[in-house]
Amino acid sequence: MLRDWVVISVASAYLGLLFAIAYYADRRADHGRSLIANPYIYSLSLAVYATAWTFYGSVGRAVSTGVGFLPIYIGPTLMCVLWWILLRKMILISKVHRITSLADFIASRYGKSALVAGLVTVIAVIGILPYISLQLKAISTAFQIVHSHDVEVLRASREGPFIADTAFYVALILAAFTIIFGTRHLDASERHEGMVAAIAFESLVKLIAFLAVGAFVTYGMFDGFGDVFTRARALPRVEELFVIGGSGDAHAGILASLYSASFFSMLAIMFLPRQFQVSVVENVDVNHVKTAIWLFPLYMLVINLFVPAIAFGGMLHFAGASVDPDTYVLTLPLANGHNGLGLLVFIGGLSAATGMVIVETIALSTMVCNDLAMPLLLRWRALRLNERKDLTGLLLGIRRAAILVMLLLGYLYFRVAGEAYALVSIGLISFAAVAQFAPACLGGLFWKGGTRAGALAGLSAGFIVWLYTLLVPAFARSGWVPMSLVDAGPFGIELLRPLQLLGLTGLDQITHGMIWSMLANVGAYVATSLATTQSAVEHSQATLFVDAFKHSVVGTGSLFWRGGVSVQELRALLARFLGAEKADDTLDSYARQRRLRSAWEVEADANLIQFAETKLAGAIGGASAHAMVASVVKEAPLSMDEVMSILDEASQIMKYSRELEQKSRELASAYSELRSANERLKELDKMKDDFVSHVSHELRTPLTSIRSFSEILQDYPQLDAPTRSKYLSVIIQEAERLTRLINQVLDLSKIEAGRAEWQMEDVNPREVIDHAVAATSRLFAEKAATLEVDLPADVPRIVADRDRLVQVVINLLSNAAKFCADPGGRVSVSLRVLADGIRVDVRDNGMGIAPKDHEVIFEKFRQAGDTLTAKPRGTGLGLPISREIIKHLGGRLWVESELGKGATFSFVVPLVRRAEAGGEAGEEKETEAFGARMAQAKAH
Amino acid sequence: MPKKVLIADDESNIVMSLQFLMEAAGYEVRTVADGEAALQVLREFRPDLVLLDVMMPKKNGYEICQAMREMPALQGTKVVMLTAKGREIDAEKGLALGADAYVTKPFATKDLVAKVKAMLGDT
Repeated sequence: MLRDWVVISVASAYLGLLFAIAYYADRRADHGRSLIANPYIYSLSLAVYATAWTFYGSVGRAVSTGVGFLPIYIGPTLMCVLWWILLRKMILISKVHRITSLADFIASRYGKSALVAGLVTVIAVIGILPYISLQLKAISTAFQIVHSHDVEVLRASREGPFIADTAFYVALILAAFTIIFGTRHLDASERHEGMVAAIAFESLVKLIAFLAVGAFVTYGMFDGFGDVFTRARALPRVEELFVIGGSGDAHAGILASLYSASFFSMLAIMFLPRQFQVSVVENVDVNHVKTAIWLFPLYMLVINLFVPAIAFGGMLHFAGASVDPDTYVLTLPLANGHNGLGLLVFIGGLSAATGMVIVETIALSTMVCNDLAMPLLLRWRALRLNERKDLTGLLLGIRRAAILVMLLLGYLYFRVAGEAYALVSIGLISFAAVAQFAPACLGGLFWKGGTRAGALAGLSAGFIVWLYTLLVPAFARSGWVPMSLVDAGPFGIELLRPLQLLGLTGLDQITHGMIWSMLANVGAYVATSLATTQSAVEHSQATLFVDAFKHSVVGTGSLFWRGGVSVQELRALLARFLGAEKADDTLDSYARQRRLRSAWEVEADANLIQFAETKLAGAIGGASAHAMVASVVKEAPLSMDEVMSILDEASQIMKYSRELEQKSRELASAYSELRSANERLKELDKMKDDFVSHVSHELRTPLTSIRSFSEILQDYPQLDAPTRSKYLSVIIQEAERLTRLINQVLDLSKIEAGRAEWQMEDVNPREVIDHAVAATSRLFAEKAATLEVDLPADVPRIVADRDRLVQVVINLLSNAAKFCADPGGRVSVSLRVLADGIRVDVRDNGMGIAPKDHEVIFEKFRQAGDTLTAKPRGTGLGLPISREIIKHLGGRLWVESELGKGATFSFVVPLVRRAEAGGEAGEEKETEAFGARMAQAKAH
Repeated sequence: MPKKVLIADDESNIVMSLQFLMEAAGYEVRTVADGEAALQVLREFRPDLVLLDVMMPKKNGYEICQAMREMPALQGTKVVMLTAKGREIDAEKGLALGADAYVTKPFATKDLVAKVKAMLGDT
């Protein structure tokens, strides 16, 4: 007979001991001698996985489903194999990013999204509540049994007021204990050394208690495993339950449920908030994982070792009695009068339950506070939280309230729904809930393509299906929703029956829920991720998470940062959430890390902001910290578009500067072109000036004679007839000269400007020369010079302007007549046929032309005789015009001569006119250009 | 004793007309057709006035004008420059080099005769 006061005192003493251990570990941690920096303690703390569910429920599940108790052990063991990759990566990432909870972890991966964090928190809280209620149920049931010693009283209904309900007090006591345990103070890193030490201790206690019961049943009540197992074979159903490989539908169903339970357990060991807390957040040294990889499965093996024996023992011992198999662990010792052992088992169960409740509620309260409450409160402007100097009290208050509320909700669930399910089933529903985190989390760890929208879609879809296929039926069984919804489907639509969704039948509830929720979750996650794009922060975080092993250096988190903030502003922000002292400590430690003498030398650069953000993340979670720092830093979210536009801007600027360079080069060359054009214009201007001056001179000269003699003839009427006649012939001669000059000037300017009209036709060169000889014969006759003409009989015709070609020959012949020796002048003209044209030579026996003057004579108004002899007669335009004409016909005109040896003027004209003569269009353009040049020249 | 006028021009028709005009006015006339001949005749003929064309072969009017101003014997000789170049700058240049008058071709015969007479004090 165990008296209540004994049970209560022992339980209180035990809780006190836990508290002492926690306190001691915290003290040690404060002094820098961590008690938990030990791989064995780490591994034991992981055993918080084994809750009252394992402690009491495994036996119950073994009784009802045989090997069905194994998945809860097999799943985690399988997962341990992956720990070296998976858990280590999660720990590294969490240390780098100061991750404080599962919600924080997933949200960080998806661009520090507050929405993702909030959703994860909501799912975790709702999913875990049944699990917490399960612990309350276990403790209060155990207490009832120990209290009443009535092993059958347990199925009594809970109709009494909650004031009289043990579970209610258990909930309150656990809440108080957890609050004292986990939220005495606020730690920036969200680590709880004392708690971990106490949890590790509890793992030992529950293991010892369970082994003690196992040993008692196996060796005390029976003669070892052989005896128990042999006797159990006699029981109905046992063989069927404990042999895998039977036959029929039932067997397939069992296999399916084995798989689904193993699958959920695998994920649960990673994604239960408390497992994340102890294995990732509380991890001191990532190398502890090495030990945990073998020690934790070993622990699970040992604690499950006696499960079949105890189950068989209970079945044999209580055969025929209505004893809940979930309580065999406790009722077997008590029924055999071993009160001491019963008390130990009670303490062991208490350990299992309190361990779970403490860690789970602390983990959840952190999430609720950091990822749900704070973001909402900070956004609630009326509260003016942004302006509050110190928020540490508020943070602690929120966490304590969250713990209390969760335990009371757990109690409520227990009161309303707890009776309808066995322990194991409740636990699996929670497992299924946390399994919804797996796609977003694992996808985020190994697939860079996962987006925030994808995570939100996957989590939402999985959670909704979980609610519908697992929670709704549970509620229905508890009477919260009509059972008809489950049996007939909503609105009688059979396809939507929660337990046979879309007609999927023949599976147990857990397997059915697993298939649909995972299908929805993974499908939505992958499809949405593929359909959406990542923001810059998401992209940066995705890279940091997936490539965690590549860059795991603290303080290099933010790839992109821009904005401005002072150290004072950051210090004020830190002080608000951590307290002034801690804020200073933080800055000092940053300064030490940077090897600066004091925090005042710290520069508010991207590194410090990153540092402050991770420190702050410890207190209020990554998403909230990011939002807070961003609000101070005035850091606008840097979207991919913005990054692209920054790059774009840069390239624009570069392009612009290249354009500027180009422009300045163009300007420089334009300037030099302008300068040379100006030089040319000046030259042209001078040429024009000279030309005008020349023309003026050449016009004025004949005019002078004409005017003088006209006036003389008028003023001196008494002049005799011969004199008058002489003067009149001078006037006529000079007038002819004037006319000729004007014609030639116009002709030349036309040819030069390309405006001349050319009458191109087939021309016989012989006729041309005959014509010119006839026209100039008078000149030779006057001077008594001889002219020899040498023409071949057969000459090819050429294409040319006949009259102009005649003009050229006349010019050359009259020049020869003018400059040949006098007396005894001799001139010869000859025509020769070349391979591709004709050649004409006009030779005289005059005084010749000095080589330096060979080109000068082809310039306008220049005559070789200018400075050498008496001025010969002529306009000074004959040779320039002749040269222009021959050029236009595609030929060449030149002179060969030496002083005193006569001169030979020669030209060649091709049989076919060459292209260089130019087309009409080109000539027109040249005309315009010339006109423009002349206009500019005038303007100067 | 009639006053002496030298006509230096390479245009024979112009020389012919000038000679007629000067002889009609009662002066003793000599003519040359180029610059070198002009300088030669100037020394021996010692005219009272020279009608000097600017554009002449061998030596132009400016050169002759300059040379005359360096010859003491010719200090009293008046120089009337004749030119077919109508530009201001040409006239200025001639006057700067010591010409007494500058006449642009074509000219009014009466004006030229009157100018020559005035310069020789025969009005």
